[in-house]
Amino acid sequence: MIPELGHLALILALCMAVVQSTFPLLGAWRGNQQWMGLAQPAAWGQFTFLLFAFGCLTWSFLTDDFSVTYVAENSNSLLPWYYKFSAVWGAHEGSLLLWALILGGWTFAVSIFSRQLPEDMLTRVLSIMGMISTGFLLFLIMTSNPFSRLLPQSPVDGNDLNPLLQDVGLIVHPPMLYMGYVGFSVAFAFAIAALLGGRLDAAWARWSRPWTLVAWTFLGIGIVLGSWWSYYELGWGGWWFWDPVENASFMPWLVGTALIHSLSVTEKRGVFKSWTVLLAIAAFSLSLLGTFLVRSGVLTSVHAFASDPTRGVFILAFLLVVVGSSLTLFALRAPVVKSQVSFGLWSRETFLLVNNLILVVAASTILLGTLYPLIIDTLSGAKLSVGPPYFNALFVPLMVILMMALAIGMLVRWKTTPLRWLQGMLVPVLIASVVLGMLAAFMLGDFHWAVLAACSLASWVVLAGLRDLQDKTRHKGWIQGIRSLSRSYWGMQAAHLGLAVSALGIVLSTQFTAERDLRMAPGESVELAGYHFVFDGTQHFEGPNFKSDYGTLRVSKDNRNVAVLHPEKRLYVVQRSVMTEAGIDAGFKRDLYVALGEPLEDGAWAVRIHIKPFVRWIWLGGVLMAIGGLLSMSDKRYRFKVRQRVSQSLGLKEAQV
Amino acid sequence: MIRYIAASLLLLLVWIGVAQAAIETFNYANDAERERFQALTRELRCPKCQNQDLADSNAPIAADLRREIHRLMEEGNSNEQIIDYLVARYGEFVMYRPPVEKRTWLLWYGPAAFLLIGFCIILIVVRRRRHEALPSHVQLSADEQARLASLLEKKNS
Repeated sequence: MIPELGHLALILALCMAVVQSTFPLLGAWRGNQQWMGLAQPAAWGQFTFLLFAFGCLTWSFLTDDFSVTYVAENSNSLLPWYYKFSAVWGAHEGSLLLWALILGGWTFAVSIFSRQLPEDMLTRVLSIMGMISTGFLLFLIMTSNPFSRLLPQSPVDGNDLNPLLQDVGLIVHPPMLYMGYVGFSVAFAFAIAALLGGRLDAAWARWSRPWTLVAWTFLGIGIVLGSWWSYYELGWGGWWFWDPVENASFMPWLVGTALIHSLSVTEKRGVFKSWTVLLAIAAFSLSLLGTFLVRSGVLTSVHAFASDPTRGVFILAFLLVVVGSSLTLFALRAPVVKSQVSFGLWSRETFLLVNNLILVVAASTILLGTLYPLIIDTLSGAKLSVGPPYFNALFVPLMVILMMALAIGMLVRWKTTPLRWLQGMLVPVLIASVVLGMLAAFMLGDFHWAVLAACSLASWVVLAGLRDLQDKTRHKGWIQGIRSLSRSYWGMQAAHLGLAVSALGIVLSTQFTAERDLRMAPGESVELAGYHFVFDGTQHFEGPNFKSDYGTLRVSKDNRNVAVLHPEKRLYVVQRSVMTEAGIDAGFKRDLYVALGEPLEDGAWAVRIHIKPFVRWIWLGGVLMAIGGLLSMSDKRYRFKVRQRVSQSLGLKEAQV
Repeated sequence: MIRYIAASLLLLLVWIGVAQAAIETFNYANDAERERFQALTRELRCPKCQNQDLADSNAPIAADLRREIHRLMEEGNSNEQIIDYLVARYGEFVMYRPPVEKRTWLLWYGPAAFLLIGFCIILIVVRRRRHEALPSHVQLSADEQARLASLLEKKNS
């Protein structure tokens, strides 16, 4: 009964979405207030029904209703309750429902927090989001209904959740990622609504910027969680493989990064409007493309969790409709009158263009590398692989240029900057960063050019940030000056610091990793990079739905105990699959990482030992960037109360601010 | 019969779904050889897996190939010889670093070209924006000047 109610709620949500995407838009076009008024209630109704449907599916999981096909395939009575809960989005159908729910949630949030927008603008935004929602709900109901039943022969017990997904990281990772993907639909909807309404101006950029920042932040957190999960769960010691599915999440993030920068120029100076609109369309289209790649099975990936050609065709068609119609609209309505804003070569405008160029080229490179095997296969039938060596070779130089430009971009001013002043600001920074880079490269161990470059670049970015801080506070003194800086300024500083920290983490952990695969019998020990590892053998132990060989390694350095590590080898009984749980001692300066391979004779095991210096910094940088996003988003100027006050004091109507 | 096929298919799926570290214990002549082995197995793709390199794949064929590479290294073959050997057997599919040839020109040089074109466009945009510093139509025509003067007069009086 409950699943049927859920199914019904899905259909009702679709009806709501159809209403939300048609009448209000027509109303905004014809100036019909009543039809425009339908947008909000429809959005709320849609969200309520989706919430209800999601609740029904969750209930089916928690009560072990194995007559529901999706539950039978992805759950088991032995599964702990929290994994039963996260199993709701453990496979294609449920994760798509989560996607739709989050889209409904975003729409709801827009209708609440952007109430102060001019009515026609808000109506159009909600309508566009309704259209996207209609597409996804149709997809869900027509090709991937999570509520379909296995009747009359329903199984006694379920097939269990994929053991890879039985992990805390994977409870949180997909929702975060979807919050990001779907969040870009808001930026997209604002861009399309602005095109439709013919008001592509600084106000539009200001309205859509906080939403874009939130989406970007969530996507970043999602990517960081995914990378961290693959590091500790897969037992391979890596954290990024340039797999098509990883790329699918990284491309919208890169374009989103370009978008938040370009929005800031459009907001503050009113230039590059068309370009910003294009970026908003691109960010969302890449999110959709990611969905297509992951769910259609056209690309081979370790993540390929649902490959079904009919689904692929549906998403591809949807993608083409979205991209095609929005680009057509862009061609028809993009601003014809050029803005009369001038700026010089050494201006923030120019450097934000450079930022956008590099980020877009980086995203295109990844797109090219991801799709190239597909293109070659279609054209000539040859099988080709494009993997990490290619992506590293092209992506790393781009990031080097990005970081070089970043520091200058932080210091230059809007419109134009006196070159002499800029030299005065940057030459000391340049000297200091080269010196710091050299010091670090010689002190950290063997000399590598990569380390010298990374340390210099990171110092270049961080010191330029400090220099800017010094310049911004020169009139008021440090304490007073620092307090008067806006949150979005601190957000910018935090995010740029995050980039430097990540870059350091990536290069240092790659260059200085010490790695051994070896046979270890109980009592045997090995010395690696100054650390002494003693293997104490394994014990057998039984989890709720798995059997485990639980290893113990004691680690000491200079006769002091450092850590006791417990790598595990688990056999998940229902799916008969073997999983590695790495034993990790996490540290600010290094991680000790141990994984078990195969059992050998006499209680000995094949053991993998890694020492990874600064590997945490990779994710720490990601977290800093996310904090930066949140800080910027919470800046005073995006809060409506302030705007109301300002508009009242100026004697304007709210809508015009 | 159908059930039997289904069961064996399921087994196959489970076998593919094994996600665990591929950890083996080879002996190397020296540390340089060890690093060479690691670098090589990271650049080569497991021919039967979804998307994994030889170093990490746990599939039996990957284990065989790792042993093969180790043997070839001990026999004194260079990296190129080893890669050629594998490409001859499994095709260019095994190389994660696609060779630079006619059909991969776009792949290898496309991004650089894109970047260069982009920089040129930025330069053009900046040049134009700089010349617009004082656009002609911002200056008022004689008529407009007169009207402005009269408006100002009205306001002041």
